[in-house]
Amino acid sequence: MLKIKNLKKYFGGVKAVDGCSFEVKKNTITALIGPNGAGKSTVFNLISGILKADDGKIVFNGREITNEKPEKISSLGISRLFQQTRLFNNLTVKENLNLALEQEDTKFWKNFFGKVKLNRGKEKKIDEILKLVNMEKFKNRLARELSYGQKRLVEIARAILKPHKLLMLDEPVAGVNPKLRKEIAKILKKLNKEGDTILLIEHDMNFTLKIADEVIVMDNGKVIAKGKPKEIKNNPKVIEAYLGETKK
Amino acid sequence: MIEAYLMHLAILIFIYLLLAISLQISMGFTGLFNLGHIAFYCIGAYVSALLALNGFPFWLSFISAGISALVFGFFIALPTNKLKDDYLALATLAFTFVIYAIALNWTSLTRGPLGLPGIPRPSLFGISFSSNLSFLFLTAFVTLASLFIIKRIVDSPFGKVLEAIRDDETAARVLGKNVFKMKSYALAISAFFAGIAGSLYAYYITFIDPSSFTLLQLIPVLTIVIIGGLASLKGTIIATILIVLLPEPLRFIGFPSSIVGPMRQIIYALILLLILIYKPKGFYGKVELG
Repeated sequence: MLKIKNLKKYFGGVKAVDGCSFEVKKNTITALIGPNGAGKSTVFNLISGILKADDGKIVFNGREITNEKPEKISSLGISRLFQQTRLFNNLTVKENLNLALEQEDTKFWKNFFGKVKLNRGKEKKIDEILKLVNMEKFKNRLARELSYGQKRLVEIARAILKPHKLLMLDEPVAGVNPKLRKEIAKILKKLNKEGDTILLIEHDMNFTLKIADEVIVMDNGKVIAKGKPKEIKNNPKVIEAYLGETKK
Repeated sequence: MIEAYLMHLAILIFIYLLLAISLQISMGFTGLFNLGHIAFYCIGAYVSALLALNGFPFWLSFISAGISALVFGFFIALPTNKLKDDYLALATLAFTFVIYAIALNWTSLTRGPLGLPGIPRPSLFGISFSSNLSFLFLTAFVTLASLFIIKRIVDSPFGKVLEAIRDDETAARVLGKNVFKMKSYALAISAFFAGIAGSLYAYYITFIDPSSFTLLQLIPVLTIVIIGGLASLKGTIIATILIVLLPEPLRFIGFPSSIVGPMRQIIYALILLLILIYKPKGFYGKVELG
């Protein structure tokens, strides 16, 4: 579904992504792991078009999307969650979610004549997703009034709600309490069962190894290992680069 | 006598209100630090005045004022697309100076510092708006209709996208919103209403010259938007009335007119400062500055 070939991104002398290649297969949960500064988030930013690649290719569903505009890539069916919370703080939870759902809200005249409305179908979808992340009570609250964990849940809901073929999540459970982590793992598993393809970055190894079908390990901007979670756990290269002393 | 004075104030309130709510679209709702607003107002006033002086009917010059400002709004959106915050403020401020310089120096068209006198009061469908009372009705109608339209825009899903862009542009793009298009629309719509405000001003005063369109004229409008609260139409209405009326008592204290002008500026600056310190969101603003 998503193929990355020899991707490169340098920030001055820093080789953030340096010849990175991997593939995400349809209907899998693929985890991208690696130490801080390995270039994982940069890869995400390159895929979603926020950063321009210096070299290499990104192919999504047979179509090259390298250096396309973020809105174009988004409309081709890639939805993503950022590492930092990026909700629209002065809008309500409902409005935040509707922005992901509504595809006609940038058409001026259609909006002007009241042809774009939050109808019952959309409202139902919003209610369903809020129920999924257990946030129904906060539907009409402003995003900035929520706690960090709650914001994270709404953001995950927003990423899921946005029509997509590939869901990319950058540290979905960082800073989230263990109970919520389990909830999020469950939600992702459920989505995957329903046919979603998920690519995620996560530092929590328990979380990652439990839900991932495929694991890709990055270090210094390169892929150093890939395979099933079990294989990765025992790969000496990975242990050295990432797991370090926790695995003696 | 006192009636004429009150009528004059009421007309001013409506014109300033139109200017302020139109600035809310770009600045309050979309988060574009737009200091070019007075330039759109200037374009509207000049287009309108020139057409009126050449015998074109009111409706045509009024609409042309809005449309030409709108075109300039789109035009400004192109090069400033990637600019944010202070940089956008500087670029749009430069636009204000450019338009001012053109009004001042293109003497064959604008008569430069001599200005354009003798703009006829408008008439529409055989109704003349030559008296101040009738002009007040016209201004009130235009401003309230604009308020209605603007409210409709900002309350629609389209308006929510504008607000999303203000809060987080990158996140909006990743949700598939064409941010460039939306910002251009916001600037253009904002400019359109500033343009028709300029038209009303030209028809009301019946004389315009470049000195009415300097940065100094932007300050009260900016003050209104900030103390009313970014993205709050209700706050803007209250703030407009307050800001237009507040310096008026100065007239009756008996200061010489050379002092009244600077005093007015001091009052605006003082209010702005106090609001920024004690109530940074303004009266009804949802959004904090910065």
